Amino acid sequence: MTLADVVFGLLGVVCLAAAILVVTARHVIHAALWLVVCFGALAGCYLVLTAELVAWVQVLIYIGAVVVLMLFGAMLTRAPVGAVQELDSRNRPVAAVAGLATAGVLGTLVVAAFQGAYVDIHHTAIGDGKEIGTSLFRFFVLPFEIASVLLLAALVGAIVLTKREA
Amino acid sequence: MALLLSALLFGVGVYGVLARRNAIALLMAVELMLNAANLDLVAFDAWFKDTMHAGQVFALFVVVVAAAEVGVGLAIVLAVFRLRETVAVDELRELADVDPPVRADT
Repeated sequence: MTLADVVFGLLGVVCLAAAILVVTARHVIHAALWLVVCFGALAGCYLVLTAELVAWVQVLIYIGAVVVLMLFGAMLTRAPVGAVQELDSRNRPVAAVAGLATAGVLGTLVVAAFQGAYVDIHHTAIGDGKEIGTSLFRFFVLPFEIASVLLLAALVGAIVLTKREA
Repeated sequence: MALLLSALLFGVGVYGVLARRNAIALLMAVELMLNAANLDLVAFDAWFKDTMHAGQVFALFVVVVAAAEVGVGLAIVLAVFRLRETVAVDELRELADVDPPVRADT
């Protein structure tokens, strides 16, 4: 157990606990704020896994943009501010069984397949802006351009969908 | 350890998608699942010591697609709210194959 393992374990516990609170919170706003905690801990996990740029992108886009967008959506749809039972549908037990089954199958599969696999982060290149940028613009230029077109299409689509009829 | 965390996070996301009734809370659970996939990509990148950093680059692409998905998803939710005055996904049954059973609480 190195220090990195301990840090990753602690961040993982925080992330998982926050994720469970996201899907069980009684307030929509609380769920969005727990989502911030979950994404923040996940950004820490990325940092431990040497993915520096991905961690900062996670902070900027997920915490900075996506969660704020969620909060805007919650307010624009006049989400009830108080605690409500209405947030969950009645198939919660079935959903719990399905979620546990998914986690169990994936977890046992991962443990069985990658037992003993150890991420040695001490001899790997740090994924900082230079490394990732070089890789992105050397090997992944076409997907990058397609992603920009996709973002433009999503932008136009969102505007068209929410435009009021004049 | 990273892969196990990712699997558990995905399970939490599955539960959230199936159990939530509010469309916005449902989108949050979808984000959890996308992040579980991202964690897998980053972990494999670090494990393979990939010189192309394909895992981290694909994690960035997943983030981009997730941002687009949230933008369009929230636009759809807002449009539905404007039409129906509700964002509860189990009340939107126009496309359902069979008539809903009579609910005991209504």
